[in-house]
Amino acid sequence: MSGTFVGMPAFPTAAREALADSQLRHNLAHATGTIRAKRARVVAEVPDWEELRLAGAAVKERALLDLDTQLVRLEETLTANGATVHWARDAAEANAIVASIAKTHAAEEVVKVKSMVTQEIGLNEALAAEGIAAWETDLAELIVQLGDDLPSHILVPAIHRNRAEIREIFRSRMAAAGRPAPSDLTDEPAVLAAAAREHLREKFLRAKVGISGANFAVAETGTLVVVESEGNGRMCLTLPEVLVSVVGIEKVVSRWEDLDPLLRLLPRSSTGERMNPYTSTWSGIHAQEEGPSDGPQEVHVVLLDNGRTRALADEVGRQALRCIRCSACLNVCPVYERTGGHAYGSVYPGPIGAILNPLLKGVGHDDQTDSLPYASSLCGACFEVCPVRIDIPSVLVDLRAQVVDAHRGGVPKPEAAAMKGAAYVLGRSPRLSALERLTGLGMRFARRFGPTAWTGARDLPDAPGESFRAWWQRTDGGRKDDA
Amino acid sequence: MRVALMVTCINDALYPSTGQAVVRLLRRLGVEVDFPQAQTCCGQPMVNTGYLDEAVPVVRTFVDAFAGYDAVVTPSGSCAGSARHQHSIVARRSGDPALQEAVAEVGPKVYELSEFLIDVLKVTDVGAYYPHRVTYHPTCHSLRMLGVGDRPRRLLEAVRGIRLVDLPQADQCCGFGGTFAVKNADTSIAMGADKARHIRETGAEIVVAGDNSCLTHIGGVLSRQRSGVRTVHLAEILASTEARSIEGTLR
Repeated sequence: MSGTFVGMPAFPTAAREALADSQLRHNLAHATGTIRAKRARVVAEVPDWEELRLAGAAVKERALLDLDTQLVRLEETLTANGATVHWARDAAEANAIVASIAKTHAAEEVVKVKSMVTQEIGLNEALAAEGIAAWETDLAELIVQLGDDLPSHILVPAIHRNRAEIREIFRSRMAAAGRPAPSDLTDEPAVLAAAAREHLREKFLRAKVGISGANFAVAETGTLVVVESEGNGRMCLTLPEVLVSVVGIEKVVSRWEDLDPLLRLLPRSSTGERMNPYTSTWSGIHAQEEGPSDGPQEVHVVLLDNGRTRALADEVGRQALRCIRCSACLNVCPVYERTGGHAYGSVYPGPIGAILNPLLKGVGHDDQTDSLPYASSLCGACFEVCPVRIDIPSVLVDLRAQVVDAHRGGVPKPEAAAMKGAAYVLGRSPRLSALERLTGLGMRFARRFGPTAWTGARDLPDAPGESFRAWWQRTDGGRKDDA
Repeated sequence: MRVALMVTCINDALYPSTGQAVVRLLRRLGVEVDFPQAQTCCGQPMVNTGYLDEAVPVVRTFVDAFAGYDAVVTPSGSCAGSARHQHSIVARRSGDPALQEAVAEVGPKVYELSEFLIDVLKVTDVGAYYPHRVTYHPTCHSLRMLGVGDRPRRLLEAVRGIRLVDLPQADQCCGFGGTFAVKNADTSIAMGADKARHIRETGAEIVVAGDNSCLTHIGGVLSRQRSGVRTVHLAEILASTEARSIEGTLR
C-alpha cells in the first residue's frame, strides 16, 4: 500500500510513544470528545436512525454482492457520459495511470480534493518522483502536507495538531509552497483559515489538472459523488481542465436512489452535521449544445482494487467494504482516543483501520499488520455507531484467529504454548480444580517477580482461601455451613 | 425450572464470594441453583486472542456441563456474551455438527445475573440492604454485546440504604479487554487510569460492576493509586442484607 507509513513499528510499541505525548493526549481527548457529543446530538434527532442504518448497510451490501456486474455497468455509463475509465490492480498501476495523464497535459502541478484512496496508494509521493507537485487543498490535509507530517484521522487528518502548532506550520512552511502566510498571523481559527484560502486560491486558478477520490459511484447513471465541508473540493472538481478521480471499487452503488440513506447517514456520523455543506456530483463531461462545456473538458476515472477483492473474499471481513469513511468509529474508540492515529501505521487508523488494513494486505506477512486486530479492547463502541453496521468486534476476533492460524506450525511462541496449556486445563474440570489449589502460590509468585505487563501499574487481588468449587463441595452449596 | 450456576473461571479461582452471593441471593428469592461440577470456562480468553482450535475442547466441556438446564445464570456479562455470541463460531470451527447443535441449544439459555433477575424471575427489588455510597460501571459486553440496558441500575436503585452516584463517562471501556490488558498494557493502563479518575471524582466508597474481570483491572489501578475505593460485584451488593453485609475488597 502506501509508502508513507513504511517502517512503522507494531501497534503496542507505536502506542507507547503516543501515550507518552501529553499534548497529543490532550488534543485528541478534546477533539474526539467534541465530535462525539455533536454526533450523539444530531443522531438523537432522527427517530428512524436504526432503520436508516439498516438501509445504508443494505444498499452497500447489495452492490458488493453484485460487484462484478455493477462495475462493468459503471464503466459503461461513465464511458457513455464521456469519461475515460481505467482499471488498476494495485497502487503502482493507479499511480502510473495518474502520472501519465498529468504528463500528457505537461502538468507540473495538480490540485487535490481530500481523498483517502490517494493517500492509501501514496499518490503524492509517486507524482513527486515524476516531478509533479500534488497540492492538498483540504485545510487539514494542507496542514499535514506543509508540516511534512502524516494524517492521523480519516476525517480530520490534523486532529493531533492544535491551533498554536498550525500557526507555526503556516508561518514557517507556507512560503516554500507558494504564497506565504501573512506576517500578522494569529492562531484564531478564522485567521488561519483565511491564510489557507489566500494560499490555495493561486493554486486553484493555476492548476490544469485536478485529482479527486469519490465517496460514491452510481452504476446506473455513471455519476461520481464527493461530499465535503469546505468547498475546496468543488473548486478542484470544476476549475481545472482535466479531472482524474481515483475510486476504490467498493464505492459503487447500484442506483441513484441508493444515495438517499447514505447521504443522510454520512454527515451526521462524520462531522455531526445534519447536512454537509457541499455535495458535488458529476457524470462524465458536461456537454453543452453550443460552445465549450462547463467544468473539466477531460474526465478520467481510475477504478482501483489494491486488496479490495482480497477483502471481498473474506466471509466475515467483507462487511468492512461497506465503510463510507465517516470516522465515527475513530471518535468513539477508547484506544484511538488515547493513542491517536499514527500508532496504527496507516492512513486508515482506528477501529476501521484495525480491520481494513489486515483485510486489504492479508495477515501473516508482517508484525505491524498482524498487531492491528489486537489493538482493541473489543468494547463494541465502534459497532454501535457505525452507520453501515459493520460488526467491527466480530471482524477483529476473526482476524485474530487468522493471525494465529498463519503462525501455526513450528515451535509455538510463549502465548501459543500458554493457550495450549489453558485448553488442556480447561478441557476437564478435575484439572482446573487441581490447578486452583495453586492459585495463592501463583499470585505470590506474580507479585514477587514483577513488574510484569499486569503489575507495572496494577495491583493483583488477594487469592481466596479456597476456590468456589471447593467451597461448594465442602458446604454442599452453602447448605451445611454458609459461613 | 432447573437452573444452573455458571460461576466462570475467574470467580471460581479468585472471587468465590461472588459465586456464593449468587447462590444466597437466588436461594432468598426461592431459586435453588445447581453447580455442575464439570464446568470450567466459557473459552473467551482463547477465542478473543484468536485461538479457536484451543477453544473447542473448552466449549465442548461447557455444553456438556450445562446441557438439559432450563436456564444458566452467570455473574458475568462478558462470559454470558461469549456463550451466546461466540460459541457458535467455535462450534463451526470444530466441524462437528453435534457440537454446533449443542451450542445452539445451550447458548440462548445463558443469562447474565441482572437479565435473569428481571427477565426470568421478574423481580427488581431483591430485598437487599447496602448502606454505602456506590457508583456503577456498566461493563462493555453487558452493555453492548448483551444489551442489559439499565437492568443492573434498576436493581441497584431498589436496594435499601444505598446512595447511588452517577459515574462520568460511565459507558467508556475501562481498558481491561482480556488479553488486551497485557498485549497492549500501556493503552490498557491509560484507559484504566482515566476510569479510575472518573470513579474518584464521584466520591464513591465503592465501584460496582457485573464483571469481576473488569473489576480486577479497575481495582488494580485504584489500589495502586491507594485511592481507598473498593470494588464489589453486583451480586454481592444484591445479596447483602441487614444481617449480612459485604464490604468489598481493596484490590
